[in-house]
Amino acid sequence: MFKKLKHLWHVIRRLSGDDAYEQYLKHHAEFHQSSIDVPPPLSRKEFFKLWQDKQWKGVKRCC
Amino acid sequence: MNKNFKLMWWVLVAIIGAYAVAGIALNRGESINAIWLITAALCVYAIAYRFYAAWIAAKVLVIDETRATPAERLDNGRDFIPTNRWIVFGHHFAAIAGPGPLIGPTLAAQFGYLPGTLWILIGAVLGGAVQDMVTLFFSTRRNGRSLGQMARDEIGAVGGTAALVGTFMIMIILIAVLGLVVVNAMKHSPWATSTVAATIPIAMIVGIYMRNIRPGCVLEASVIGVVLLLLSVWMGGWINQHETLRVWFDHEGLPLAYAIILYGFAAAVLPVWLLLAPRDYLSTFMKLGTIILLAVAIVILRPEIHMPALTQFIDGTGPIFGGKLFPFVFITVACGAISGFHALIASGTTPKLLMNERDIRMIGYGGMLLESFVAIMAMIAATVLEPGVFFAINSPAGVVGKEAVDAVAKINSWGFAVTVEQMQQLARDMGESTLFARTGGAPSLAVGMASIFGSAFGKHLLALWYHFAIMFEAIFILTTLDAGTRVGRFMLQDMLGNFNKKLGETSYTPSVIFTSSVVVAGWGYFLYIGVIDPNGGVNILWPLFGIANQMLAAIALCVATGILVKSGKLKYAWVTGLPLLWLVVITTTASYQKVFSTDIRVGFLAAADDLASKLYSGVLPPEKAAVAPQLIFNQHLDAYLTLFFVVVLWVVIVDMLRLCLRYVAGKPVRKLSEVPHEPSRLVENWVRD
Repeated sequence: MFKKLKHLWHVIRRLSGDDAYEQYLKHHAEFHQSSIDVPPPLSRKEFFKLWQDKQWKGVKRCC
Repeated sequence: MNKNFKLMWWVLVAIIGAYAVAGIALNRGESINAIWLITAALCVYAIAYRFYAAWIAAKVLVIDETRATPAERLDNGRDFIPTNRWIVFGHHFAAIAGPGPLIGPTLAAQFGYLPGTLWILIGAVLGGAVQDMVTLFFSTRRNGRSLGQMARDEIGAVGGTAALVGTFMIMIILIAVLGLVVVNAMKHSPWATSTVAATIPIAMIVGIYMRNIRPGCVLEASVIGVVLLLLSVWMGGWINQHETLRVWFDHEGLPLAYAIILYGFAAAVLPVWLLLAPRDYLSTFMKLGTIILLAVAIVILRPEIHMPALTQFIDGTGPIFGGKLFPFVFITVACGAISGFHALIASGTTPKLLMNERDIRMIGYGGMLLESFVAIMAMIAATVLEPGVFFAINSPAGVVGKEAVDAVAKINSWGFAVTVEQMQQLARDMGESTLFARTGGAPSLAVGMASIFGSAFGKHLLALWYHFAIMFEAIFILTTLDAGTRVGRFMLQDMLGNFNKKLGETSYTPSVIFTSSVVVAGWGYFLYIGVIDPNGGVNILWPLFGIANQMLAAIALCVATGILVKSGKLKYAWVTGLPLLWLVVITTTASYQKVFSTDIRVGFLAAADDLASKLYSGVLPPEKAAVAPQLIFNQHLDAYLTLFFVVVLWVVIVDMLRLCLRYVAGKPVRKLSEVPHEPSRLVENWVRD
């Protein structure tokens, strides 16, 4: 039961974008660690700005 | 043994489903329980999903689980991200589910509960869900390309341009009609107006919280926002009682329309984080929460449906909108059965998130089934009302008369019982000054929802439930309005960028202000006309929107049919070809009637001529004569717009047919733009050699 609730919470966080920064850090660590000249990851605030602006570029909501 | 058990289970589902569908179709008694509709819908969806969708996935599209999706191949942590299928489903559903499936069925209920319900079920499983699924599939095989790009690549430049122009036009009409729905819900209702107004500062508070106070804490901010929204519904009741404050929020339609237009412009120009993004969070949470609440309430309560299966208005004399059952029930239901707009979502963000092709059936087909189910619930909420009450709320003053006594007499003459006292009592219960002629569908849906919620969770809160429902509808109508205006702006900037580089820059302020003004002026004009039209603009705008939306769906199905034929799957082309044929028949018939019908409530030209002759003979009262020239101009404009939609549609169809004939005759055609196969590394059972 507790495990299921935890999973649901995880899904809600992912759906809403609440954990987007954590996902970004994970992606950054996974894909950009090997090269030396890659800049350090963005701060939470900077990342969120970019993420939010990017989200509203295309058709996102329907009738 | 296990196999036999499964087979028996599906036979049982089929029998129950057939029994329920026959029950609602053949019932001619006094009333029928809503649970029949729910049962019929769930069985139809289950069978369609298990068999038809699975067959399409396996045989027609030939989904390949071992093939790497664009999200896997192009994973960049930004647009292309392999994502769990439940998460993608959530995003996809939140994107496709808008106010359309709530409003369309409510309006279509004027024909009775049966025609709309049948079309919501049949249209979704054979048309809408197929369209969403195949578009998602084809876009996934093309690196998540948009519908317009696919039309250009696969059919030709003509098809691509048509899809682009069609999308832009539908956006303008959609926003206008949605704006009209909100204006009609707020007209002379201080409670509704103050609550809707409060959503703007609340969204801004949430936006600032997410941006500056606790960056990225989306859930925390949303919870605060939802609490504030509920508080604003409650506060609205207090404002409604307050003698000086209520005057501030008590307005005619026109000033409210100007306020919406101004707001739409502000929302398109302001940075997204301040208004658009936080409002979207709130509306998504409210939307999902309310839909779940409504489903639970309907199942607990099992309300009786009071609307007859068919009303006499199938002959085209309906008060809400003119036009016969065929083709107007299909045009009116629109989004709940098949929506061209979904093709833009299915070829936008969703294909860039898919982890595996096998998720396409669940997300594309399943997502649309859920949307169709929302439409069924809206139909139930509209038809649980006494038909007399339903028509009293939804009939415009221009049809039934301005005075309550006249309206009631007219509705009684149709054979639907309702009294002035009954309507006054209902208005008092809902905390409104009147519920006569509250067109647009939102108030009657809110009354329906309030009575369902009220019976399920406590009757003494009817007025709160009513305004909660109005706030819920308004908040995501306004989200669609904001987002649509912004998308329209981007599209316009993109088009203008071909002529002038500077105008195409999305961050160049003069261009932003210019293009936003053009888009807002476009829908603002139709909204203005809709508000001043004495017959209620819904009669004009909703069919126009329905035609545009179904036209876009037809374009999407054209692209899909063309690709199927080119892929050598001519024998399966009927899967998209038959719904396409049906859409072409209904949109062409509806357009023809909207332009050329001699019935002044259907034909734009006939209405213009009628009004012109009345104006010249001087029989119009002065207040109507003052707006008559504008209305006449608008009727002509609407006629040309409808003709334009039909021409665009036929151009794409002819282009697609030409392509198919060339292919069948063995002549060279544009090559398929499908990305070559690359094996997936995410599939567990895939063995690398």
